[in-house]
Amino acid sequence: MSIYLNKDSKIIVQGITGGMGAKHTALMVDSGAQIVGGVNARKAGTTVTHKDHDGNDVELPVFATVAEAMAATGADVSVAFVPPAFTKDACIEAIDAEIPLLVVITEGVPVQDTAEVWSYLQGKKTRMIGPNCPGIITPGESLAGITPHTITGKGPVGLVSKSGTLTYQMMYELKDFGFSTAIGIGGDPIVGTTHIDALQAFQDDPETEVIVMIGEIGGDAEERAAAYIKDNITKPVVGYVAGFTAPEGKTMGHAGAIVSGSAGTAAAKKEALEAVGVKVGKTPSETAALAREILNAR
Amino acid sequence: MDLMEYQAKELFAKHGVATTLGVVVETAEDAKAAAEQIGGVTVIKAQVKAGGRGKAGGVKLAKTADEAFEHASNILGMEIKGLRVNRVLVTPATPPVEEYYFSFLLDRSNRQYLCIASVEGGVEIEEVAKTNPDAVKQIGIDPGKGVDAAKAREIATEAKFPEAVFEQAVEMIQALYKTFVEEDATLVEVNPLARLEGDRLEALDGKVSLDENASEVRHPDHAAFEIREEADPLEAKAKDLGLNYVKLDGQVGIIGNGAGLVMSTLDVVAYAGENHGGVKPANFLDIGGGANAQVMANGLDVILNDEQVKSVFVNVFGGITACDEVANGIKGALEILGDNATKPLVVRLDGNNVELGRQILNELNHPLVTVVDTMDGGADKAAELANA
Repeated sequence: MSIYLNKDSKIIVQGITGGMGAKHTALMVDSGAQIVGGVNARKAGTTVTHKDHDGNDVELPVFATVAEAMAATGADVSVAFVPPAFTKDACIEAIDAEIPLLVVITEGVPVQDTAEVWSYLQGKKTRMIGPNCPGIITPGESLAGITPHTITGKGPVGLVSKSGTLTYQMMYELKDFGFSTAIGIGGDPIVGTTHIDALQAFQDDPETEVIVMIGEIGGDAEERAAAYIKDNITKPVVGYVAGFTAPEGKTMGHAGAIVSGSAGTAAAKKEALEAVGVKVGKTPSETAALAREILNAR
Repeated sequence: MDLMEYQAKELFAKHGVATTLGVVVETAEDAKAAAEQIGGVTVIKAQVKAGGRGKAGGVKLAKTADEAFEHASNILGMEIKGLRVNRVLVTPATPPVEEYYFSFLLDRSNRQYLCIASVEGGVEIEEVAKTNPDAVKQIGIDPGKGVDAAKAREIATEAKFPEAVFEQAVEMIQALYKTFVEEDATLVEVNPLARLEGDRLEALDGKVSLDENASEVRHPDHAAFEIREEADPLEAKAKDLGLNYVKLDGQVGIIGNGAGLVMSTLDVVAYAGENHGGVKPANFLDIGGGANAQVMANGLDVILNDEQVKSVFVNVFGGITACDEVANGIKGALEILGDNATKPLVVRLDGNNVELGRQILNELNHPLVTVVDTMDGGADKAAELANA
């Protein structure tokens, strides 16, 4: 089992012909994920070819719209690699086509565009992950995003993180155990899937035995997750929060990573998580050690 | 990006929010001339991106042009919350009859916009929020629906704007929302929103924060709000090179890939510093996924120009980019920098092709480079070298 993504997931790529889109489509095909096509209105009717892990050519059709791509391929996941100026339209197109899962990798999307997309999404059939995220990987089954598929394989750890590289780092630290699913929810002020959504999904996933949750400064998502864990999550959760040394009022790389006044500090987040029994590591390696302890005691 | 008051007011005026622009000056002489031109009593206001300017002595009433000169002389050059005042705004003094508070902001927690309004307190809004929270109205705004005349009327009613200024409030609310949306702001705040004599509503002060992603995508004019000569010189240089860099006050330079990993690296270095004379991270620098030689060289160039830096910790996880490529990037960067590379580098690589990456650096055998196995070990070594 896994969350949101599995071996049966059929994936299309919005922006399959662009630089980022082409590069990561190749890697997704290589990972063994079922990539079934792509979307680019100006190149509809053409195909792109990538090699699978055995070196065989995989020819992927390019469609004019998400709806056409879904109708022709049965796709149920779209990964968007479109430039930030066009991301809102790409999302609305995918939502209108009722794609079940939309993964938005694009960094630099205006936050009001995301706010509008989120509003538009209410009551619709799509789950959005991101924007500004590495996407989601169910090792050994599927990959919708840019997470390296070579780090580790399948296992009992569920990971949810605001940061891409910290996701990779944590997967690497716990590579001998493996992961059910690792999901990067993104570092923007507004994202489609939150820590809470992923925590509940991991709680409901029989394969996930330990949940690792990675947060960072800014907003109150970690505090809200802590409150949610207290009432709803019975599986062990190990946490990590980045940004203890971040100064007030400075954006640390991710658009959402900013301490405003006394709000959004790493210390407050750590405290909130520890107050509900989550073990929080001081460093990534200490966090991995805490998860390891729980995994070894199973 | 936070704007200064005079910049916020420029945007207000552009979108039809009633305000008085005044004159921005950088010398006391010009302040005097501005006061003469405006005539009557004026207010001299420090222009810095910080709250509490009044309490810090950065806002003064001037009855005459000579007084304007005197106040401007005192305010220019003063520091408010660590920020030097380089310009003052001279505006006509318009004593408010009543002071209100109004703002639109991005509500991250609820993934929508929020309007905060109060007619019982302008500048003391935080006090009002504590003592009489019912007087501070919070109204959620659906980003898909926005604020039309009907919604503005609903807000004005909810906030209990007095009859005499009600219609003006409805108009101002719509103009402020227009400012919020059309400029892609994350905050538009008017405090105080003043009821002046003759029942005129006017934004006496303004605070605007802009979404830099949006400025990049569709507001080329926002670049003019950045005052280059006031930016940290290293931050300005990094920006020119397209690097994501934040200057901090420490001795260990940091380069890494990915915002989360770099933030984490700063923390780990700060912990390690506790055992090495209290050294701290000198900067945040995310060179992104690629980490090729030129980007690495640019990053090192910025960091090595920081005089406080005593050592550099390069912490890269090879995900998409394999570690041998990163190692070649570091090798290339050292070649590009040549004799300009003067401070010890501690390099930690992990991830794809890590053995190959470490081998390249070990074979390079560069006198400045120490290769370490772990992030914690690298932080400790870099802190030790910075404290030597």
